[in-house]
Amino acid sequence: MTAAFSLPDAPANDRARPLLVAERVTKSYGEVVGCRDVSLAIHPGEVLGIVGESGSGKTTLLKVLSARMAPNAGTVSFDAGGRGLADVYAMAEPARRALMRTEWGIVHQDPRDGLRMHVSAGGNVAERLMGTGARSYADMRAEAAAWLGRVELDVGRMDDLPRRFSGGMRQRVQLARNLVTRPRLLFMDEPTGGLDVSVQARLLDLIRELVRDLGIAAIVVTHDIAVVRLLADRLLVMHRGEAVEHGLTDQVLDDPQHPYTQLLVSSVMTA
Amino acid sequence: MYVAVKGGERAIDAAHAWLAEVRRGDPSVPELSLAQIREQMAIAVHRVMTEGSLADPDLAALAVKQARGDLVEAIFLLRAYRTTLPRFGNAVPFDTGRMAVRRRVSATYKDLPGGQVLGPTFDYTHRLLDFALAAGGVDPPAAPEAPAAVEPMASVAGILDHEGLMEPERADEAGSEPFDLTREPMGFPAGRDQRLQALVRGDEGFVLALGYSTQRGFGGTHPFVGEVRMGEVPVEVEIPELGFAVEIGAVTLTECQMVNQFRGTAETGPRFTRGYGLAFGESERKAMGMALVDRALRAEELGERAIHPAQDEEFVLMHADNVEASGFVQHLKLPHYVDFQADLDLVRRLKAEWEARRATPPAEGLKEAAE
Amino acid sequence: MTAATLPPAAIDPAYNFGYLDEQTKRMIRRAILKAVAIPGYQVPFGSREMPLPYGWGTGGIQVTASVIGGADVLKVIDQGADDTTNAVSIRKFFRRVAGVATTEDTAAATIIQTRHRIPERPLAEGQILVYQVPIPEPLRFLEPRETETRKMHAWAEYGLMHVRLYEDIARYGEIATTYSYPVLVNGRHVMSPSPIPKFDNPKMEMNPALQLFGAGREKRIYAVPPWTRVKSLDFEDHPFTVQRWEEPCGLCGATDSYLDEVVLDDRGAKMFVCSDSHHCEERRAAGHRGPMAGEPPGYVTEGEGTP
Repeated sequence: MTAAFSLPDAPANDRARPLLVAERVTKSYGEVVGCRDVSLAIHPGEVLGIVGESGSGKTTLLKVLSARMAPNAGTVSFDAGGRGLADVYAMAEPARRALMRTEWGIVHQDPRDGLRMHVSAGGNVAERLMGTGARSYADMRAEAAAWLGRVELDVGRMDDLPRRFSGGMRQRVQLARNLVTRPRLLFMDEPTGGLDVSVQARLLDLIRELVRDLGIAAIVVTHDIAVVRLLADRLLVMHRGEAVEHGLTDQVLDDPQHPYTQLLVSSVMTA
Repeated sequence: MYVAVKGGERAIDAAHAWLAEVRRGDPSVPELSLAQIREQMAIAVHRVMTEGSLADPDLAALAVKQARGDLVEAIFLLRAYRTTLPRFGNAVPFDTGRMAVRRRVSATYKDLPGGQVLGPTFDYTHRLLDFALAAGGVDPPAAPEAPAAVEPMASVAGILDHEGLMEPERADEAGSEPFDLTREPMGFPAGRDQRLQALVRGDEGFVLALGYSTQRGFGGTHPFVGEVRMGEVPVEVEIPELGFAVEIGAVTLTECQMVNQFRGTAETGPRFTRGYGLAFGESERKAMGMALVDRALRAEELGERAIHPAQDEEFVLMHADNVEASGFVQHLKLPHYVDFQADLDLVRRLKAEWEARRATPPAEGLKEAAE
Repeated sequence: MTAATLPPAAIDPAYNFGYLDEQTKRMIRRAILKAVAIPGYQVPFGSREMPLPYGWGTGGIQVTASVIGGADVLKVIDQGADDTTNAVSIRKFFRRVAGVATTEDTAAATIIQTRHRIPERPLAEGQILVYQVPIPEPLRFLEPRETETRKMHAWAEYGLMHVRLYEDIARYGEIATTYSYPVLVNGRHVMSPSPIPKFDNPKMEMNPALQLFGAGREKRIYAVPPWTRVKSLDFEDHPFTVQRWEEPCGLCGATDSYLDEVVLDDRGAKMFVCSDSHHCEERRAAGHRGPMAGEPPGYVTEGEGTP
């Protein structure tokens, strides 16, 4: 029913070239469609929210965008190293893996997927530095401590295993681990999912500050309108595998056009 | 140390002599002949042939005798000997449909062409120790013989195949040589040929336990025994000078075709999937366990979520071989004192540092070093 | 005192020279050549079932069997000593199936098969050191999957290796790996030096001898060609160091060799002696004496000259 979107306009104050562009990506599992014919673009420093109920295809879309699941059709391109857009699935695998360690960050909903649970919090953060060639223990430790401090963790606990941390703390370690290499683009899958409401609010504030201060672009997948209202500049609404609406966050939330978005915004829907 | 170390050669010689003595046991008890082992310990011999990858009942019986009944050791002996054997050629693939069947049961059909044949099975025996056997000396009366089957025994998988309800057996690419695990290292992802070889050679207990785990929900595939058959299958070899295959003998095989549920994909439509087991001799437990594990290991290929041990190809195939496992576990008996010394030195030093720290007043933020 | 050397012997006619058939030897030699061409890279090979158990040196035995010739002189050590039971067993095997001369003299050997040690005496050009390797993959205990570790090697993604070192320092204040200490070979491949103590790691660097590593059960061969850089992994501010002992070898007085601890009673009395038994003998033959050389109480040296 929907044709491909024309690429949404970048915010007026950002005329930079797009950082990541997806064109008509489709991913299905056998007969089950994950996402169909979705196009989008994201620019440096911009936060894009992808909302929809569970099963809407938003997590599939995030995996496709972050080069973790090849689409059946369509392309995903990234401006690696500022050298212009290049198809991430056409890259050699080492280049793609290097991208994930450096210019990208991926914050998983379950920190156990994004952290090494048997490695200390400091080691988890330092790993990305070691992966890019850092070889001074003292420097790495200082840097890891600085980032753990920045995500408001007690630096005195940097040698503890994530296993001993609460869910909210683990999420902070995951953030620090991703931010330490100063990525240009952060992928986040329900970053506050499964946390207590009060913990959620503090973590959201932190993410908003960090993303703004560091000028990182981010793609946030969530079922929670409150999350995108706080974080996202633009919204993409997913329903049954398709992008049914997109636009500036305020616009979409205040004046939803698609019936599904209207339902979503009216808070009748909960995931 | 020098007392223990010097004289290693003499110690080894003495140990071997002692081993030979205990192998024979009480000399007043008559010695076992290979024929006795081959005929009366037949299932041990079959297991040794299956996991030893060599169809030779006499050599397998010798290995069982030499290993004092330790079957893993016997498998090892047979494998080591096999390494030295020249290879003259490959047999033509067995056609188990031509099997001279001694046993054939299907759990999926009440009756089917060729019928159900119980054969010489432990099934339905009451497991009561038979003290008449302890007394010995009495030969059992001959078992009654059924008239020879008139119908050929169609395979159950074939019956389903006719209806399009069973996935077809994928033929290998023409001319491609099957993988040979005795000549090539394991590689991943493994092809089915490599997987089946590794499972045939795999430890019966390990394969059985993994198959069992799939029945208890750790990778369930809803299996039915389509068919288990046992009997003699002719071995044919293509003779290049003749240009056709010649029968050079027969081997006893047990084959299990497991029929498993599967919903199907958009491309294939719903149909059953296969799990396959094969072993030398009467090795039904092994063939069935193997068929379950073969199917479980196809999870990835069939688009299923692979999260259980039996579905983990690298885990299963790399740890199934009991000759490898036995060697590596038992190598821990070899001296390791050089490495132990290295650790000993470190632990002593760390402990001394820890004690020194404890003796001094704790600094701010100092924590326990180790967990 | 001369090191025990045995002249060539008759070969068991039931077996091919070196036990393996010629086809298999050629296959293994091809794997060795590839390994030499890509220092530190683990070459998969069609490891055969050997008459000795897996984990007891089958990889080293197959490598030795493939490179040995009738004129070679073989030395076999385990834990640095020629007379440990498994070394004796392997030496006997090669006398039986290859009939080669054997020696305990490190300098006289053309091939030295070893488990867990590198001899103290520097090796020379033309010598081959064959290591028995249980676990060839240095990343194995960090990443159990072969499919993943092969990618990590292929693309030199070795950050994880340093995580292990980082964790050691964070927890113990120093790198707590004492053996199987990972090395970077020729600036490219991270390699496990088999479980030799890290004391021996520096001997691998720029060694004139050819170093071959055989892992039979894991079916891998790798190599360090002569005169190749071998760097033990470390951090700039936590450099690699080796073990040192407070006291010298009790028998020969050496202060620069790897020492084994010998327990003398159950109340903590102990002495230290060279792990490299031939090195110790040579030093004593040259007149060196350690503090315990005058026979500790209740301590018997069998077949050794007493001072």
